[in-house]
Amino acid sequence: MKDMTFGTLLAVFEEIFGRGLFWVMVAVAGIVTLGYLFVLIRDRSVSWKKFLLAQLSMPVGAVAAVWFVMAMTHSHLSDMGGPVDIIVLMGVAAAGAVGMAILVYTAEALIGSGRTKGEHD
Amino acid sequence: MKRREFLSLAALGGAAASVPLTAAGPARAQVATSAHIVIVGAGAAGTALANRLTRRLKGARITIIDPRTTHLYQPGLTLVATGLKPASYVTSDESHWLPRDIEWVAEKVASVNADAKTLETENGQTVTYDWLVLAPGLVLDYAAIDGFSTDMIGENGIGALYGGPDHAARTWKAAQKFTEDGGTGIFTRPATEMKCAGAPLKHTFLIDDIARRAGNAGKMNMVYAAPQASLFGVPIVAEKVRMLFEDRGVDTMMKRTLTAVDAGKKRATFATETGTEDVDYDYLHVIPPQRAPDFIRASGLSWADKWTDQGWVEADMQTLRHLRHPEIFALGDVAGVPKGKTAASVKWQVPVVEDHIIAGIQGKEGTASYDGYTSCPMITRIGRAMLVEFDYHNNLVPSFPGIIAPLEELWISWLMKEVALKATYNAMLRGDA
Repeated sequence: MKDMTFGTLLAVFEEIFGRGLFWVMVAVAGIVTLGYLFVLIRDRSVSWKKFLLAQLSMPVGAVAAVWFVMAMTHSHLSDMGGPVDIIVLMGVAAAGAVGMAILVYTAEALIGSGRTKGEHD
Repeated sequence: MKRREFLSLAALGGAAASVPLTAAGPARAQVATSAHIVIVGAGAAGTALANRLTRRLKGARITIIDPRTTHLYQPGLTLVATGLKPASYVTSDESHWLPRDIEWVAEKVASVNADAKTLETENGQTVTYDWLVLAPGLVLDYAAIDGFSTDMIGENGIGALYGGPDHAARTWKAAQKFTEDGGTGIFTRPATEMKCAGAPLKHTFLIDDIARRAGNAGKMNMVYAAPQASLFGVPIVAEKVRMLFEDRGVDTMMKRTLTAVDAGKKRATFATETGTEDVDYDYLHVIPPQRAPDFIRASGLSWADKWTDQGWVEADMQTLRHLRHPEIFALGDVAGVPKGKTAASVKWQVPVVEDHIIAGIQGKEGTASYDGYTSCPMITRIGRAMLVEFDYHNNLVPSFPGIIAPLEELWISWLMKEVALKATYNAMLRGDA
């Protein structure tokens, strides 16, 4: 590959998902992240009750992300051929897990559930 | 969260989404010129070059000559021919890729008069140029195979994926039946130079894998037939393919050139070193000899002493500049250089020609040079590939050394082919990569 710059990477991602969908996904990721920062600042502390549920959701996010990538690329777990494949797969799983955790934490903080509403900890 | 706060956050996200994408690399000052640059062919090379030159030049007149209105993403044809992608995956509207402020002459070129710096189209239109870039692609010479015609593709166990989306889709029809019924499958390649020398190997590996997954491995007799003595032009890759073929049980028939097909009897005739040999098949994949378009040879632009039966443009290996006509360049399939009939090569060739034309316009000598870079994501089964990259010297030149091993069957290399390649290709067409 020639001249792998940030601009090239952006162009490639735009082509993979389409310009519209890619920037919508970036926006959604940005909004969830901003929402997460917002609740952290608003609450002035991490709520460990909310964090527990977020943690429990992490394996779900990891499995979902791996399943999504496998389904989108005609691949199977048996196709892993070398260390770099395992690293990429773990990266996908980790991204799914962290993304899910942030999403669940933020959603619970913003919308609230009976378990964590009005908590004082 | 209050609704007002949510809306303001959403607005922030929306603002981020509307930030225009900046062009790759540092912006360079435009060069003012009134030169007329004519590009023959709106394929991968012609389109990418048109977009790049439009950005770099101010006031230049750029004309692209090509009668086709559909752009073909040729690296996708192997995926269409194995049912992994629909035929529509490889086609797009050419006008979508071309810059707006250039002239597009939708005609075929009939001849070039390099001394007068003019060319003539088949409808008799004369176009003059200051700089000429030849990127018309190549011609598939089906007539060189006796008894073969393209309407046979898809029937009676005959496949030929090179001719475009329709041929590739019909190839899958014949190949799919073979993966279900079994028998002898013969996968050929021509004696001439060819675009993407990995494609016949990929087709062999994929058809074998599909049959294997369907539980029909025991019924398959897979044979790879080639006029050459080795399985791939780069020795270290040829050796790896030999090992993989041994592992998969693919037999080889080397030094055999397909010369005739009897579709009724399902019999292929090969020229050998000493005579001919007939082989019965249940599936035959045909890749015909490949040559430069007639107008290249008729206009005296070909090599006189190399590839005389094929007619590739007499171009310098490093600069792609015509050896006798310095204002003419060749790009892509038509260039008479030892390697480089792939889209990946085009990606590296286009900036070189761009550099030399712009330097020439300024009365200087260009400095960019092409060293034969060619890449072949060699699919070895669905879900795995080898990211083989090499140059004129048959050296491996991995893009990700130490991370993606070139001769290992890896999932990440498959991802490159399946997901990232078309995106990179499209970015290249736009001149962004």
